[in-house]
Amino acid sequence: MMVEPNQLVQHLETFVDTNRSSSQQDDSLKAIASSLENDSLSITQLVREMEMYLTTTDNLVRARGILLLAEILDCLKAKPLNDTIVHTLVGFFSEKLADWRAMCGALVGCLALLKRKDVAGVVTDIDVQAMAKSMIQNVQVQALALHERKLAFELLECLLQQHSEAILTMGDLLVYAMCEAIDGEKDPQCLMIVFHLVELLAPLFPSPSGPLASDASDLFEVIGCYFPLHFTHTKDDEANIRREDLSRGLLLAISSTPFFEPYAIPLLLEKLSSSLPVAKVDSLKCLKDCALKYGVDRMKKHYGALWSALKDTFYSSTGTHLSFAIESLTSPGFEMNEIHRDAVSLLQRLVKQDISFLGFVVDDTRINTVFDTIYRYPQYKEMPDPSKLEVLVISQILSVSAKASVQSCNIIFEAIFFRLMNTLGIVEKTSTGDVVQNGNSTVSTRLYHGGLHLCIELLAASKDLILGFEECSPTSGCANSWCSMVKSFSVPLIQVFTSAVRRSNDDSVVDVYLGVKGLLTMGMFRGGSSPVSRTEFENILVTLTSIITAKSGKTVVWELALKALVCIGSFIDRYHESDKAMSYMSIVVDNLVSLACSSHCGLPYQMILEATSEVCSTGPKYVEKMVQGLEEAFCSSLSDFYVNGNFESIDNCSQLLKCLTNKLLPRVAEIDGLEQLLVHFAISMWKQIEFCGVFSCDFNGREFVEAAMTTMRQVVGIALVDSQNSIIQKAYSVVSSCTLPAMESIPLTFVALEGLQRDLSSRDELILSLFASVIIAASPSASIPDAKSLIHLLLVTLLKGYIPAAQALGSMVNKLGSGSGGTNTSRDCSLEEACAIIFHADFASGKKISSNGSAKIIVGSETTMSKICLGYCGSLDLQTRAITGLAWIGKGLLMRGNERVNEIALVLVECLKSNNCSGHALHPSAMKHAADAFSIIMSDSEVCLNRKFHAVIRPLYKQRCFSTIVPILESLIMNSQTSLSRTMLHVALAHVISNVPVTVILDNTKKLQPLILEGLSVLSLDSVEKETLFSLLLVLSGTLTDTKGQQSASDNAHIIIECLIKLTSYPHLMVVRETSIQCLVALLELPHRRIYPFRREVLQAIEKSLDDPKRKVREEAIRCRQAWASITSGSNIF
Amino acid sequence: MDSVLTNKNPIIYPKRTRRSRTDQSSTDEFSSTNRIRDIKDPEHPELSLEDLNVLTEESVEVDDHKSYVIITFTPTLPHCHLPTHIGLCILVKLVQSLPARFKVDVRVAPGSHDKETTVNKQLGDKERVTAALENPELVALLNKMMQVC
Repeated sequence: MMVEPNQLVQHLETFVDTNRSSSQQDDSLKAIASSLENDSLSITQLVREMEMYLTTTDNLVRARGILLLAEILDCLKAKPLNDTIVHTLVGFFSEKLADWRAMCGALVGCLALLKRKDVAGVVTDIDVQAMAKSMIQNVQVQALALHERKLAFELLECLLQQHSEAILTMGDLLVYAMCEAIDGEKDPQCLMIVFHLVELLAPLFPSPSGPLASDASDLFEVIGCYFPLHFTHTKDDEANIRREDLSRGLLLAISSTPFFEPYAIPLLLEKLSSSLPVAKVDSLKCLKDCALKYGVDRMKKHYGALWSALKDTFYSSTGTHLSFAIESLTSPGFEMNEIHRDAVSLLQRLVKQDISFLGFVVDDTRINTVFDTIYRYPQYKEMPDPSKLEVLVISQILSVSAKASVQSCNIIFEAIFFRLMNTLGIVEKTSTGDVVQNGNSTVSTRLYHGGLHLCIELLAASKDLILGFEECSPTSGCANSWCSMVKSFSVPLIQVFTSAVRRSNDDSVVDVYLGVKGLLTMGMFRGGSSPVSRTEFENILVTLTSIITAKSGKTVVWELALKALVCIGSFIDRYHESDKAMSYMSIVVDNLVSLACSSHCGLPYQMILEATSEVCSTGPKYVEKMVQGLEEAFCSSLSDFYVNGNFESIDNCSQLLKCLTNKLLPRVAEIDGLEQLLVHFAISMWKQIEFCGVFSCDFNGREFVEAAMTTMRQVVGIALVDSQNSIIQKAYSVVSSCTLPAMESIPLTFVALEGLQRDLSSRDELILSLFASVIIAASPSASIPDAKSLIHLLLVTLLKGYIPAAQALGSMVNKLGSGSGGTNTSRDCSLEEACAIIFHADFASGKKISSNGSAKIIVGSETTMSKICLGYCGSLDLQTRAITGLAWIGKGLLMRGNERVNEIALVLVECLKSNNCSGHALHPSAMKHAADAFSIIMSDSEVCLNRKFHAVIRPLYKQRCFSTIVPILESLIMNSQTSLSRTMLHVALAHVISNVPVTVILDNTKKLQPLILEGLSVLSLDSVEKETLFSLLLVLSGTLTDTKGQQSASDNAHIIIECLIKLTSYPHLMVVRETSIQCLVALLELPHRRIYPFRREVLQAIEKSLDDPKRKVREEAIRCRQAWASITSGSNIF
Repeated sequence: MDSVLTNKNPIIYPKRTRRSRTDQSSTDEFSSTNRIRDIKDPEHPELSLEDLNVLTEESVEVDDHKSYVIITFTPTLPHCHLPTHIGLCILVKLVQSLPARFKVDVRVAPGSHDKETTVNKQLGDKERVTAALENPELVALLNKMMQVC
């Protein structure tokens, strides 16, 4: 579509007219640009049309006109243009740079032209030069406003970045112009570009006789004044520039060219000596960069000053506190702040770059005096602070320098290692000047903490050096002199460390710590180049292991040694040291595992297990060894218990299982093959239990049964389906070989059940619990043999009061028939059949009960379970067990979304009625159980029916249950006649409400809030229900803080406040009081007219809470009181 | 308040690290101090009374059994013109925070202010305090001082 000429004029007018809104101007700009883009208008036409705007003497109009043309060009960066047009335009805009009134447009135009794409016709070098010249001559950057200044800098940046060859010829002029432009810039956004400009300018003139070399002092003067960068602006403006960005930019600018060296280094050194931490950090960072960029030759003359500044920095940034805690075994042991870290990396950089810098370090007098200090104060704590500082700093400096390169390591070891050994008493100078090694007598001499620390730091540095070294090139490190030096002293060094570890006087913590740390360091030299031979390495392991196995109890030494062993173990695993792994296995792992098996070593079994599991978890092979060992230990302990009646063994067993569950099971994903090992363990548990058929004593290891169940559940939970099947098979064979199957034949008659009160032997109980655990954790695809009789068995045992049986039954109905692939449990039993067994199992004596004439039609369906629940048969115990069992079964059904759960819910509700179909109210305890059954159904269980144990979970199952149950409970509450039944219904409702997701509640607040409030007041009467009350109160507070809930709260304000006020003095639970006060504060969000009338009431109630016995409640009360008092203007405080 | 500050550049003291105490549950110095340490100085809204050492933990005396609290505060300068405001604010905040059984007594530390007796009399006079709280401007100032940092 061709733009009509008059339409074009209109657009032009709109843009030029400053009275129009900016959106209108934008629209007209876009319109013109798009018509140019689709070639309905050519540039020439446009320029001709605009002639008047571009040349008029009206400054405003001309500025707008030029800006328009520039903006249009900016939009057309990718559109091909004729070379002559580009040339003409460049000429035009370059010329206009002299027109300060139209500066903005000219700058935008130049920038747009420079940024043109290759294919679309670019600016030639001659044009660029012309433009640059005009720019330099005409534009006084610092005289411009912020926006134009930024544009000018962007233009310069663009010139340097994209057309560097073209402007190279300008030389001196360019550098001079740059200095002028930059000088005195203050805006952060511009500064970011400025720093980049300097960085770009530097590489253009590398010649030492070039323009930059001669003007370097001027240029540095301009940028050097920003250092160290002070920028406290934290507000996020649109540019969002942070101090770190600016300081990084400045740093790059300073280090951009070696010509800055004579000016930069003195400045940086001066700032390094300032007391401002930021200046120190910046200087250190900058010096590091400069050292790299300026090169060795230029840096060399500053070495003296650098070294003394660096040394001072180390002294001032190091604390005197050396930690001897277990955590610092693998770290330097003192706090490192940012200054310190940067100083370390600068020192390392300097030494790595030029070995001659090390001369300053080694020749320093303080390094020579440190040995006297060490000798003077053998004990660390006796040292005065300056000496401590000296030892720490010198150790740090030496170790950092040694870590820099092999060469530096050699030099440092040559310089001080002999003296160090001498100080430690390992070598002695004979009268002839020869150095000889001291014999074993050293072991008894004094220990010098400072010396040991220095020695450990040095060894650690050389160790780290090998680690880093061999990662890139596997050359032998032993060719180096330091290595042979360490090698020749390794035996006495290990002796010294060992003797330190063995110290056992009162304050030997430091000795022991340094000893263990030394041994650890010696044990972590890597590979074939290690200066520590294999026998010495084994000595180290033997020493550490002997500490673990010594009968000394849990001491600091023990923990340190264990940590050291774990470190060595993971080091071996990480670097695949096969030789060392063998030594480790035979000395450490075998020893500990055999200790765990024997269980008669004097050490508490708990500690052996801890040590074994920590050490063994460092490598997969050790884990295998450990699981096998534990298996053996378990079997022997269990049989020891059965045969000899040793109670200690059964305790050991449960500790062992707990260790397995807590330490190994969480790591099953990390360690390959652990799953198989654990399955094997589970199967041998079953074998062992089968084997221990005879009891010699009474069994009361409740703890053991719990531990065994947990382990069994978890193992089955993580196992693959095939492994699960084999465990189930084994378990089933054990179950069927014991006396349990006899239970199956027990008819479900009341008489028979009554007679069976406690005839399950403890062994059967154990087997049953374990079997239930297996069933609970089995996945839906695992196959359970002979399911029908198992269901029968579980049903009978559940009625005898075994909760695990109920949970297993719940899991079974949850998973039956839903496994994938059809090859599953349901081969011989479908869900329907299972339900039929559970619900319709016929009572032989059922007729007898109903024959007394009172039998009526039961709501729901007439099933055996429901009859028991409703108390058709006498025993209260049986009734409560049946109710709980039914709850677990109901949970299983609910989670898979089966309809039968409604039947169960109806039975449970029936139990809560004051006059149910059995014609009389239930016993209070049975009612309580029925109410709590809803908690079982709705809440998440840790023990069974969760994701970990492969439960079938339909989405939104809680919501579904909520929507069916709540209306029923609601209507029953309305009609309930006795207060007991009413309370129990409220308890049930509270369980349902507090377990459902909050969003559901929020959707129904209008209906629920009155119910919740009534529930709160009913439940507050009895202290037994305090936990339920609290969870219900939390639901209420949830509704009060949401906008949806607030609407209905506003309607119920008076009841809510009344209820909350009552709860502020609830005596049984502190959190209830606290939460109710918080709710009162939340109520202030309601409209003023609704809450104002209650002000006096609330304030009076809160007054009492101010004197509450609990601090937390008082503090909440103060907050609440202030909030409520402030809703009126006057404040009558008395 | 005057536009000219009486104490333009007050000395700022380091704050004592706040202990968190959950075991004890009686009303004591600790909790009372926590109530009032954050009150801001009327001249320097960015500083709290604790910063300026107007209040310290030692200046609070509490007896839970006899139900009284005595606060002794130290104005920054002997000729400071705001001790009544500070005292009033401490008083109001404590009365609001403590159970009604407590008697709250706020005093200027002996010898720390020129008009010590006048100020003490003013703060001890219940009727004058009540009257002062009728003044909307004063109440606004007090509320500003009590705002949580």
